[in-house]
Amino acid sequence: MPINYYIFLAVALFCVGVAGVLTRRNAIIIFMCIELMLNAVNLLLVAFSKMHHHALGASVPTAGIDGQLFVFFIMVVAAAEVSVGLAVIVMMYRNTHSIDVNFLNRLKH
Amino acid sequence: MGITQVLFWFLSIMAILAAILVVISKNPVHSVLWLIVVFVAISGHYILLDAQFLAIVNLIVYAGAIMVLFLFVFMLMNLNAETEPQKNRWLKIAGVVTGGALLLVLVAALKKADLKAQIAEMNKGDIGLIHNLGVTLFHDYVVPFEISSVLFLSAMVGVVVIGRNEREQKDMWPHGNNYGA
Repeated sequence: MPINYYIFLAVALFCVGVAGVLTRRNAIIIFMCIELMLNAVNLLLVAFSKMHHHALGASVPTAGIDGQLFVFFIMVVAAAEVSVGLAVIVMMYRNTHSIDVNFLNRLKH
Repeated sequence: MGITQVLFWFLSIMAILAAILVVISKNPVHSVLWLIVVFVAISGHYILLDAQFLAIVNLIVYAGAIMVLFLFVFMLMNLNAETEPQKNRWLKIAGVVTGGALLLVLVAALKKADLKAQIAEMNKGDIGLIHNLGVTLFHDYVVPFEISSVLFLSAMVGVVVIGRNEREQKDMWPHGNNYGA
Protein backbone atom coordinates (compact mmCIF):
# COMPACT_ATOMS: atom_id res chain seq x y z
CA MET A 1 0.00 0.00 0.00
CA PRO A 2 1.40 3.45 -0.82
CA ILE A 3 2.07 5.43 2.31
CA ASN A 4 -0.26 8.29 1.41
CA TYR A 5 -3.35 6.12 1.92
CA TYR A 6 -2.24 5.58 5.49
CA ILE A 7 -1.51 9.28 5.93
CA PHE A 8 -4.99 10.22 4.74
CA LEU A 9 -6.64 7.57 6.91
CA ALA A 10 -4.77 8.78 10.00
CA VAL A 11 -5.55 12.42 9.18
CA ALA A 12 -9.24 11.58 8.80
CA LEU A 13 -9.37 9.75 12.13
CA PHE A 14 -7.46 12.57 13.83
CA CYS A 15 -9.83 15.21 12.47
CA VAL A 16 -12.88 13.22 13.59
CA GLY A 17 -11.28 13.21 17.05
CA VAL A 18 -10.69 16.98 16.92
CA ALA A 19 -14.27 17.62 15.83
CA GLY A 20 -15.50 15.39 18.65
CA VAL A 21 -13.47 17.25 21.27
CA LEU A 22 -14.86 20.55 19.99
CA THR A 23 -18.51 19.53 19.65
CA ARG A 24 -19.20 17.34 22.68
CA ARG A 25 -19.59 18.58 26.23
CA ASN A 26 -19.62 15.23 27.99
CA ALA A 27 -16.19 15.02 29.65
CA ILE A 28 -15.81 11.28 29.09
CA ILE A 29 -16.67 11.52 25.39
CA ILE A 30 -14.06 14.25 25.06
CA PHE A 31 -11.62 11.89 26.71
CA MET A 32 -12.53 9.11 24.29
CA CYS A 33 -11.97 11.43 21.34
CA ILE A 34 -8.48 12.11 22.68
CA GLU A 35 -7.90 8.35 22.70
CA LEU A 36 -9.08 8.28 19.09
CA MET A 37 -6.52 10.95 18.16
CA LEU A 38 -3.75 9.02 19.94
CA ASN A 39 -4.66 5.90 18.00
CA ALA A 40 -4.62 7.74 14.68
CA VAL A 41 -1.07 8.82 15.45
CA ASN A 42 -0.13 5.28 16.49
CA LEU A 43 -1.41 3.90 13.18
CA LEU A 44 0.61 6.47 11.27
CA LEU A 45 3.76 5.63 13.27
CA VAL A 46 3.41 1.93 12.45
CA ALA A 47 2.84 2.70 8.76
CA PHE A 48 5.93 4.93 8.68
CA SER A 49 7.93 2.26 10.47
CA LYS A 50 7.04 -0.24 7.75
CA MET A 51 7.85 2.32 5.06
CA HIS A 52 11.22 2.93 6.62
CA HIS A 53 11.83 -0.81 6.83
CA HIS A 54 10.92 -1.21 3.17
CA ALA A 55 13.39 1.52 2.17
CA LEU A 56 16.32 0.54 4.40
CA GLY A 57 15.60 -3.04 5.48
CA ALA A 58 18.07 -4.54 3.02
CA SER A 59 21.08 -2.83 4.60
CA VAL A 60 19.86 -2.37 8.19
CA PRO A 61 17.74 -5.35 9.34
CA THR A 62 16.21 -3.49 12.29
CA ALA A 63 15.32 -0.32 10.37
CA GLY A 64 11.93 0.99 11.44
CA ILE A 65 11.72 -0.93 14.68
CA ASP A 66 11.97 2.29 16.72
CA GLY A 67 8.64 3.46 15.35
CA GLN A 68 6.88 0.43 16.74
CA LEU A 69 8.58 0.84 20.12
CA PHE A 70 7.41 4.44 20.20
CA VAL A 71 3.86 3.18 19.68
CA PHE A 72 4.41 0.84 22.60
CA PHE A 73 5.51 3.73 24.82
CA ILE A 74 2.57 5.86 23.65
CA MET A 75 0.27 3.06 24.78
CA VAL A 76 2.02 2.96 28.16
CA VAL A 77 1.61 6.70 28.65
CA ALA A 78 -2.00 6.57 27.42
CA ALA A 79 -2.87 3.89 29.97
CA ALA A 80 -1.48 6.01 32.81
CA GLU A 81 -3.23 9.09 31.40
CA VAL A 82 -6.59 7.32 31.18
CA SER A 83 -6.47 6.16 34.80
CA VAL A 84 -5.62 9.62 36.14
CA GLY A 85 -8.07 11.36 33.81
CA LEU A 86 -10.96 9.10 34.76
CA ALA A 87 -10.17 9.65 38.44
CA VAL A 88 -10.34 13.40 37.84
CA ILE A 89 -13.68 13.00 36.03
CA VAL A 90 -15.11 10.87 38.86
CA MET A 91 -13.97 13.54 41.33
CA MET A 92 -15.63 16.22 39.21
CA TYR A 93 -18.86 14.20 39.07
CA ARG A 94 -18.79 13.80 42.84
CA ASN A 95 -18.54 17.57 43.31
CA THR A 96 -20.92 18.85 40.61
CA HIS A 97 -23.15 15.79 39.96
CA SER A 98 -22.62 16.30 36.26
CA ILE A 99 -19.89 15.59 33.73
CA ASP A 100 -20.69 18.63 31.63
CA VAL A 101 -17.37 20.38 31.09
CA ASN A 102 -19.17 23.73 31.04
CA PHE A 103 -19.64 23.48 34.80
CA LEU A 104 -15.91 23.84 35.16
CA ASN A 105 -15.96 27.45 33.99
CA ARG A 106 -16.98 28.46 37.52
CA LEU A 107 -13.25 28.79 38.11
CA LYS A 108 -13.62 32.07 36.22
CA HIS A 109 -15.83 33.70 38.84
CA MET B 1 -7.04 -6.00 -6.24
CA GLY B 2 -5.75 -8.62 -3.83
CA ILE B 3 -7.20 -9.70 -0.54
CA THR B 4 -4.83 -7.32 1.28
CA GLN B 5 -6.18 -4.29 -0.57
CA VAL B 6 -9.76 -5.36 0.02
CA LEU B 7 -9.04 -5.76 3.73
CA PHE B 8 -7.31 -2.38 3.83
CA TRP B 9 -10.31 -0.56 2.38
CA PHE B 10 -12.76 -2.51 4.50
CA LEU B 11 -10.88 -1.76 7.72
CA SER B 12 -10.37 1.89 6.77
CA ILE B 13 -14.05 2.48 6.06
CA MET B 14 -14.98 0.61 9.23
CA ALA B 15 -12.58 2.72 11.31
CA ILE B 16 -13.78 6.05 9.94
CA LEU B 17 -17.50 5.22 10.14
CA ALA B 18 -17.13 3.92 13.70
CA ALA B 19 -15.12 7.03 14.64
CA ILE B 20 -17.89 9.27 13.31
CA LEU B 21 -20.46 7.23 15.23
CA VAL B 22 -18.40 7.65 18.43
CA VAL B 23 -18.81 11.39 18.06
CA ILE B 24 -22.48 11.53 17.05
CA SER B 25 -23.95 8.84 19.36
CA LYS B 26 -26.30 10.34 21.92
CA ASN B 27 -25.93 7.46 24.38
CA PRO B 28 -22.42 7.44 25.94
CA VAL B 29 -22.40 3.65 26.23
CA HIS B 30 -22.91 3.35 22.47
CA SER B 31 -19.95 5.70 22.02
CA VAL B 32 -17.77 3.34 24.05
CA LEU B 33 -18.90 0.35 21.98
CA TRP B 34 -18.18 2.17 18.70
CA LEU B 35 -14.76 3.15 20.03
CA ILE B 36 -14.06 -0.56 20.59
CA VAL B 37 -14.95 -1.12 16.92
CA VAL B 38 -12.44 1.59 15.95
CA PHE B 39 -9.75 -0.11 18.01
CA VAL B 40 -10.49 -3.51 16.47
CA ALA B 41 -10.21 -1.96 13.00
CA ILE B 42 -6.90 -0.33 13.91
CA SER B 43 -5.65 -3.67 15.28
CA GLY B 44 -6.59 -5.21 11.94
CA HIS B 45 -4.47 -2.56 10.23
CA TYR B 46 -1.56 -3.48 12.51
CA ILE B 47 -1.92 -7.13 11.53
CA LEU B 48 -1.95 -6.16 7.85
CA LEU B 49 1.24 -4.19 8.47
CA ASP B 50 2.82 -7.20 10.22
CA ALA B 51 2.97 -5.52 13.62
CA GLN B 52 1.50 -8.51 15.41
CA PHE B 53 2.72 -7.58 18.87
CA LEU B 54 1.21 -4.11 18.68
CA ALA B 55 -2.04 -5.56 17.32
CA ILE B 56 -2.39 -7.85 20.32
CA VAL B 57 -1.34 -5.16 22.81
CA ASN B 58 -3.80 -2.74 21.21
CA LEU B 59 -6.61 -5.26 21.58
CA ILE B 60 -5.77 -6.25 25.15
CA VAL B 61 -4.85 -2.84 26.56
CA TYR B 62 -7.14 -0.51 24.61
CA ALA B 63 -10.15 -2.52 23.52
CA GLY B 64 -9.94 -4.63 26.67
CA ALA B 65 -8.70 -2.80 29.72
CA ILE B 66 -9.16 0.90 28.95
CA MET B 67 -12.62 0.54 27.43
CA VAL B 68 -13.77 -1.57 30.37
CA LEU B 69 -12.55 1.25 32.62
CA PHE B 70 -14.64 3.74 30.61
CA LEU B 71 -17.69 1.48 30.81
CA PHE B 72 -17.24 1.10 34.56
CA VAL B 73 -17.12 4.86 35.02
CA PHE B 74 -20.29 5.26 32.93
CA MET B 75 -22.04 2.64 35.03
CA LEU B 76 -20.86 4.25 38.28
CA MET B 77 -22.37 7.56 37.19
CA ASN B 78 -25.59 6.06 35.82
CA LEU B 79 -25.49 8.20 32.68
CA ASN B 80 -27.74 7.79 29.67
CA ALA B 81 -28.98 9.74 26.69
CA GLU B 82 -31.35 11.84 28.83
CA THR B 83 -28.63 13.16 31.11
CA GLU B 84 -26.43 14.02 28.13
CA PRO B 85 -25.53 17.72 28.32
CA GLN B 86 -26.94 19.65 25.39
CA LYS B 87 -24.89 22.18 23.58
CA ASN B 88 -25.72 25.26 21.58
CA ARG B 89 -26.27 24.27 17.92
CA TRP B 90 -24.01 27.03 16.62
CA LEU B 91 -21.15 25.78 18.78
CA LYS B 92 -21.66 22.29 17.33
CA ILE B 93 -21.58 23.63 13.78
CA ALA B 94 -18.48 25.67 14.62
CA GLY B 95 -16.76 22.56 15.99
CA VAL B 96 -17.55 20.48 12.92
CA VAL B 97 -16.44 23.29 10.60
CA THR B 98 -13.19 23.64 12.53
CA GLY B 99 -12.47 19.90 12.31
CA GLY B 100 -13.37 19.88 8.63
CA ALA B 101 -11.13 22.88 7.98
CA LEU B 102 -8.22 21.09 9.68
CA LEU B 103 -8.89 18.02 7.52
CA LEU B 104 -9.04 20.19 4.41
CA VAL B 105 -5.76 21.94 5.19
CA LEU B 106 -3.90 18.72 5.97
CA VAL B 107 -5.23 16.91 2.89
CA ALA B 108 -4.48 19.88 0.65
CA ALA B 109 -0.95 20.11 2.04
CA LEU B 110 -0.27 16.37 1.66
CA LYS B 111 -2.01 15.80 -1.67
CA LYS B 112 0.84 17.23 -3.71
CA ALA B 113 3.54 15.43 -1.70
CA ASP B 114 5.48 13.03 -3.90
CA LEU B 115 5.03 9.85 -1.85
CA LYS B 116 3.82 7.39 -4.50
CA ALA B 117 7.16 5.58 -4.46
CA GLN B 118 7.09 5.09 -0.68
CA ILE B 119 5.40 1.81 0.13
CA ALA B 120 4.32 0.66 3.57
CA GLU B 121 4.95 -3.00 2.90
CA MET B 122 2.38 -5.58 3.94
CA ASN B 123 2.65 -9.30 4.62
CA LYS B 124 6.41 -9.02 4.78
CA GLY B 125 9.12 -8.23 7.29
CA ASP B 126 9.58 -9.47 10.84
CA ILE B 127 10.26 -6.25 12.78
CA GLY B 128 6.82 -6.48 14.39
CA LEU B 129 7.52 -9.82 16.03
CA ILE B 130 7.90 -9.83 19.78
CA HIS B 131 11.43 -11.25 19.62
CA ASN B 132 12.84 -8.41 17.54
CA LEU B 133 10.92 -5.75 19.43
CA GLY B 134 12.05 -7.20 22.75
CA VAL B 135 15.71 -7.27 21.77
CA THR B 136 15.63 -3.62 20.75
CA LEU B 137 13.53 -2.64 23.76
CA PHE B 138 15.98 -4.12 26.24
CA HIS B 139 19.08 -2.96 24.38
CA ASP B 140 18.37 0.58 23.32
CA TYR B 141 15.29 1.56 25.32
CA VAL B 142 15.97 0.15 28.79
CA VAL B 143 16.00 3.55 30.50
CA PRO B 144 12.64 4.72 29.06
CA PHE B 145 11.21 1.32 29.92
CA GLU B 146 12.27 1.65 33.56
CA ILE B 147 11.11 5.27 33.70
CA SER B 148 7.68 4.15 32.50
CA SER B 149 7.44 1.94 35.58
CA VAL B 150 7.97 5.06 37.72
CA LEU B 151 5.28 6.75 35.63
CA PHE B 152 2.85 3.94 36.40
CA LEU B 153 3.65 4.08 40.09
CA SER B 154 3.03 7.82 40.20
CA ALA B 155 -0.18 7.41 38.18
CA MET B 156 -1.36 4.78 40.66
CA VAL B 157 -0.58 7.01 43.65
CA GLY B 158 -2.24 9.93 41.89
CA VAL B 159 -5.43 7.97 41.22
CA VAL B 160 -5.66 6.87 44.83
CA VAL B 161 -5.12 10.42 46.10
CA ILE B 162 -7.60 11.98 43.64
CA GLY B 163 -10.22 9.27 43.96
CA ARG B 164 -10.42 9.17 47.73
CA ASN B 165 -13.81 10.35 48.89
CA GLU B 166 -14.65 13.25 51.12
CA ARG B 167 -15.57 11.38 54.27
CA GLU B 168 -12.25 9.55 54.44
CA GLN B 169 -10.48 12.83 53.84
CA LYS B 170 -12.22 14.38 56.86
CA ASP B 171 -11.12 11.45 58.96
CA MET B 172 -7.57 11.86 57.83
CA TRP B 173 -7.44 15.60 58.26
CA PRO B 174 -9.89 16.43 61.07
CA HIS B 175 -8.97 20.11 60.98
CA GLY B 176 -10.03 20.45 57.32
CA ASN B 177 -8.07 19.99 54.18
CA ASN B 178 -6.76 22.55 51.81
CA TYR B 179 -8.50 21.26 48.67
CA GLY B 180 -12.00 20.25 47.67
CA ALA B 181 -15.17 21.77 49.01
